[in-house]
Amino acid sequence: MSGLQGHLSLLLVVIPLIAAPIVAVLPRGRLPWAGALLVTAVCAVLAGMQLWSVVHDGVISYELGGWAPPWGIEYRIDAVNAFVALIVAGIAAVTLPYALLSVEQEIPEEQAPLFYASFLLCLCGLLGITQTGDIFNVFVFLEISSLSSYALVSLGRKRQALTSAYQYLVMGTIGATFFLIGVGLIYSQTGTLNIADLAERLPAVFDHKTVHTGFAFIVVGVALKLALFPLHLWLPNAYTYAPTVVTIFLAATATKVALYLMLRVLFTVFPNNFALGTPTFDLFVISGIAAILIASVYAIYQMDVKRLLAYSSVAQIGYMALGIGFASAMGVTAALLHLFNHALMKGALFMAVGAIIYRVGSCRMDNIHGLGRRMPWTFGAIIIGGLSLVGVPGTAGFISKWYLILAALEQQAWISVAVILAGSLLAVVYVGKMIEALYFKPASEANQSLKEAPLLLVIPTWILALSNLYFGLNTELTVGVAERAAEVLGATGL
Amino acid sequence: MEVVLGHYNYWVVIFLMMTGFYTVINRGNLVKKIIGLNIFQVSVFILYISISTVENGTTPILKEGFEVYSNPLPHVLILTAIVVGVATTALALALVVRIKEAYGTIEEDEIHQRDHSL
Repeated sequence: MSGLQGHLSLLLVVIPLIAAPIVAVLPRGRLPWAGALLVTAVCAVLAGMQLWSVVHDGVISYELGGWAPPWGIEYRIDAVNAFVALIVAGIAAVTLPYALLSVEQEIPEEQAPLFYASFLLCLCGLLGITQTGDIFNVFVFLEISSLSSYALVSLGRKRQALTSAYQYLVMGTIGATFFLIGVGLIYSQTGTLNIADLAERLPAVFDHKTVHTGFAFIVVGVALKLALFPLHLWLPNAYTYAPTVVTIFLAATATKVALYLMLRVLFTVFPNNFALGTPTFDLFVISGIAAILIASVYAIYQMDVKRLLAYSSVAQIGYMALGIGFASAMGVTAALLHLFNHALMKGALFMAVGAIIYRVGSCRMDNIHGLGRRMPWTFGAIIIGGLSLVGVPGTAGFISKWYLILAALEQQAWISVAVILAGSLLAVVYVGKMIEALYFKPASEANQSLKEAPLLLVIPTWILALSNLYFGLNTELTVGVAERAAEVLGATGL
Repeated sequence: MEVVLGHYNYWVVIFLMMTGFYTVINRGNLVKKIIGLNIFQVSVFILYISISTVENGTTPILKEGFEVYSNPLPHVLILTAIVVGVATTALALALVVRIKEAYGTIEEDEIHQRDHSL
């Protein structure tokens, strides 16, 4: 057992990486799915063990190949990445049972093994970003996860999936290249790539223009991956046209990992409040406010439920950006909380919408009239997810918005408080629009005969929906971990 | 003058970077966009290689009589980045082939037209 425990952090990345090509060559049928399911389940358990170990025994430092850092690559796990890794692996493990039926319907049978292989590669990349303590390694994993997600998005049934994947690829590559430029510039000033080592050496050269330029490149590059307003243009199309399972997974994890990376860069790589001396935090507040207001209004006018939720995601990322922008311990805690809670609510909502797509074949507003009565369980999950999105007390969404408002009040940022409340009201409007179409509009004749979605779709949806309620009532775990993570990031000294 | 000539490779980097970036944004042809993306990436490779140079240093190969070497680490990093760039280009070109099959064109504005005329 101790042998396994010692390599925990590496296994989390290596298992999906090795499993991906194996899954790709498995015969058609349900075997590739079963293989991927096994891998994600194992990863979720490992990530859980990792978080437990970090919380109880402190930071894990794993030296790849026995090369001591800063020469070798180091995986350095503290409360922040253990938390994010658990979210990623957990969501993957809940998504996979759901994937069986959805993928059978949306992906041609001969492509299914490749689909699961790409899915595992994407998981490997996302977990890799959270695990590694080497900034160039981050770039490599960023590209592993991005390349596989471009391929996954392009598998959507409509031809627009191809153009969305292309658009995502171009913007994603620009983002990654910006990141690479920034890493090169700070490497030229410090001669190191290890994040802990960078944190020690960078303060000595903080005055150099090269370091400032590198910082700007990295922040903009990560912001592109994060879909921070106004760099979000790839997101609505990619989420709308991707296969259902891909949308669920990317919406719940990809932007979250990018947000984690942003926090790392702002607080760990550039320590001693370097970012406070730059206009970064002001820009975060401005773009957060713009995202909340503009993307929410866009969401209201969408005719496609998936697209509506995609715009709502842009708005929710705005809340997280706002949290970071307050540059306080409370703000970072709120951003991390929202990172977790938003993964739960968007996961549940996209799953429920996926169940509708499974039955109806589309999720345009005028095709789903009256379905709430025909599919009560799916509809129930949409209501819970929607309430959480609005931030009604008793749901997870309330907790993160509460902390966000506390963070805003702490700094007497009245405009931000008003914007957070206005954003919630706008969310009421677009969630209401979905519920109106699903429940209050009379069902068309074609929809009259529809039945509830299969159990295999409903159960994962409800797991996420119920966790929205659970984490809305029991905040001990999430708030505790988020506060600790904010502490680790050094945001408390701000 | 020395600032300009002494750093000529960085000027090349900046020129290529802007050329590539402009092409990606400005061109409507999907293949030309990929070419722009490639130029953009290559400029970063040159940036890394320029950073690694040590004055009067030789190539980083152990040999008697040579004491000063260029830093080999950026070279290794860029090898990785080149591989990533090749993978990205391959995937992008594959997507363009599929787009051509689905739309019959690889011009961005025509694709938009065809999507909206549905």
